[in-house]
Amino acid sequence: MITRREALFGAAIGAAAVAALPAFSATVTKADIRGLAREKIALVAPPFVHPHDQVAKGGPKIVEFTITIEEKPLVIDADGTTLNAMTYNGSIPGPLMVVHQDDYLELTLINPDTNSLAHNIDFHAATGGLGGGGLTLINPGEQVTLRFKATRTGTFVYHCAPGGAMIPWHVVSGMSGAIMVLPRDGLRNDRGEPVKYDKIFYIGESDFYIPRDEKGNFKSYESAGDGYDDIVKVMRGLIPTHVVFNGKVGSLTGDNAMKAKVGETVLIVHSQANRDTRPHLIGGHGDYVWEQGKFANPPAKDLETWFIRGGSAGSALYTFLQPGIYAYVNHNLIEAVELGATAHFMVEGQWNDDLMTQVEAPKPIATN
Amino acid sequence: MSPFILKVLPVALAAAAVPVGLSLQAVFGDRQPHPVAMTVVLLSGSIIYPTPGEFLKEGRPQGNPRIERQLSRPLEIMAYQVGAADYADCVSAGVCQPAQETRAIPSNAPVTGVSYLDANAYARWYSQVTGGQWRLPSDEEWAFAAAERFAGEFEGVENDANNPARRWLTSYKAEVDLNRKPDPMPKSRGSFGFNSLGLADFSGNVWEWTSTCYVRTTLAADGSGVASSVDNCGVHVLEGLHRAYMSNFVSDGKSGGCAVGTPPDNLGFRLVRDHSGWASRILGWLGIV
Ligand SMILES: [Cu+2]
Repeated sequence: MITRREALFGAAIGAAAVAALPAFSATVTKADIRGLAREKIALVAPPFVHPHDQVAKGGPKIVEFTITIEEKPLVIDADGTTLNAMTYNGSIPGPLMVVHQDDYLELTLINPDTNSLAHNIDFHAATGGLGGGGLTLINPGEQVTLRFKATRTGTFVYHCAPGGAMIPWHVVSGMSGAIMVLPRDGLRNDRGEPVKYDKIFYIGESDFYIPRDEKGNFKSYESAGDGYDDIVKVMRGLIPTHVVFNGKVGSLTGDNAMKAKVGETVLIVHSQANRDTRPHLIGGHGDYVWEQGKFANPPAKDLETWFIRGGSAGSALYTFLQPGIYAYVNHNLIEAVELGATAHFMVEGQWNDDLMTQVEAPKPIATN
Repeated sequence: MSPFILKVLPVALAAAAVPVGLSLQAVFGDRQPHPVAMTVVLLSGSIIYPTPGEFLKEGRPQGNPRIERQLSRPLEIMAYQVGAADYADCVSAGVCQPAQETRAIPSNAPVTGVSYLDANAYARWYSQVTGGQWRLPSDEEWAFAAAERFAGEFEGVENDANNPARRWLTSYKAEVDLNRKPDPMPKSRGSFGFNSLGLADFSGNVWEWTSTCYVRTTLAADGSGVASSVDNCGVHVLEGLHRAYMSNFVSDGKSGGCAVGTPPDNLGFRLVRDHSGWASRILGWLGIV
């Protein structure tokens, strides 16, 4: 005999109704939390992602991360233009943290006394307390530990939000990243069937606003604070001087191009903490795209370009079918080519003539 | 002024104030081209004063401890905030950065759009051209001088160990109740009136930098005092209609930094003058008088 309740859940496991399954999470007491298993994860710099299970093993646990904030100058283009960067763990974007739904993410945030500014962290995935920002503001020389329950699945931005005008300034100085909360049983496609990735890359797009001198050359400053007044003026114009992936023009091209093979399925997580963007894989597609990044919604299929809203992280799953160099761009091509938002994939493998053939090589125009 | 109604601080202030600007000019002569600002000397007094910064106990925010402080030696402080024209002289001298002030302000308005770093640069320059020792007041000195106009921390903020949101909700409510309308346009000096000590413009629409660093103090769980504290001297205390904490390089009040409250309208400052040797003896003598 099937009760109505079971029938509802049964339906949810099939078809598109996966999306309708709400995130039921029982409230857990402090004692229950003390009893949970703990796992300590060492973070890695983007575009790479720390090792993780796609399907959770066992029950919810407390996943511990540590991030050290580093204020330091970073070169952001080939001309040597310098940003007085503020970073989570030294990289722009900060590292991607992966947990499963109903896990507890426990972050220790460290602001060494070599820094000069107060910082915090606002997780879009967290509930209450300004995303944790209200409980994590730390001065140089302090550390803080925040725990929140990952109740909703998807890719979510985190960023610094130390109050008032400091918020956009810290974000456009590099302080953003993303977390990914996987469903406990892994990702599913639009038909509710499990899908897996062989590789995952995390791309964080940034817009930078570097002031220029009277001659039009980019200025550099001894410290972040020295440049503050000038940078705010450029920021208010809303026109970035640089739009880049992973902190720098060319950070994901050449030697640093992302690598894949024909037949491999890649999950590309793309975050933009401040400004809208529209990723496009030139010569490829988004097989399954969670444009808003939230896995409770069925993915869109076969997209050419997808939209990442400023302040969100989306993800796209793609199986490479053809070898070659692929450009992964912000398809505002001015931003891609002139301002820097271009990455490359190097894909090895056998060419598939059926998918594409040059029927005739270039030659003079035929005349009859 | 209605904004002060909320701040029923137990300010027990018994100070004698002596305006000395002109007399000091007479004493020190006029070897400097820049006129010395009018000052007032506070000779004595005591206040009950909420220490600045943030306080934690067992990881939870606490109200700022109130301590009684005595003015231990005479304090000479500018009667008015430093003027925009005075600051412009420092800029012309090539010592100070231009103030971040683009609005058309009255010619005799206080300087606004200045950071902590700017205020210190001015103090150094001003000391040089006047031959005195000028510096920013500490937060405590400012509180003495502001007297009944000293507001300090917001009242009525709850700290519920089990519900951090109570602090956020009650401080937000306190701000709404204060009902302060932004009043950003700087006015001529003196427009906000004088306090009981004859000092002008405290807690008008220009907040004043102090030399006091932001500090976060962890109080011992057993109430036996301070367990640990971390200074952040990249952030200094500003005083005005309510206390604010801002990064040293910020010159625009809207940049936030108040624990509670609408951000400061404008950032400015006034200076105090240190005395050593015979000058302090003269002041001592003035005090006796
Ligand atoms: Cu920050």
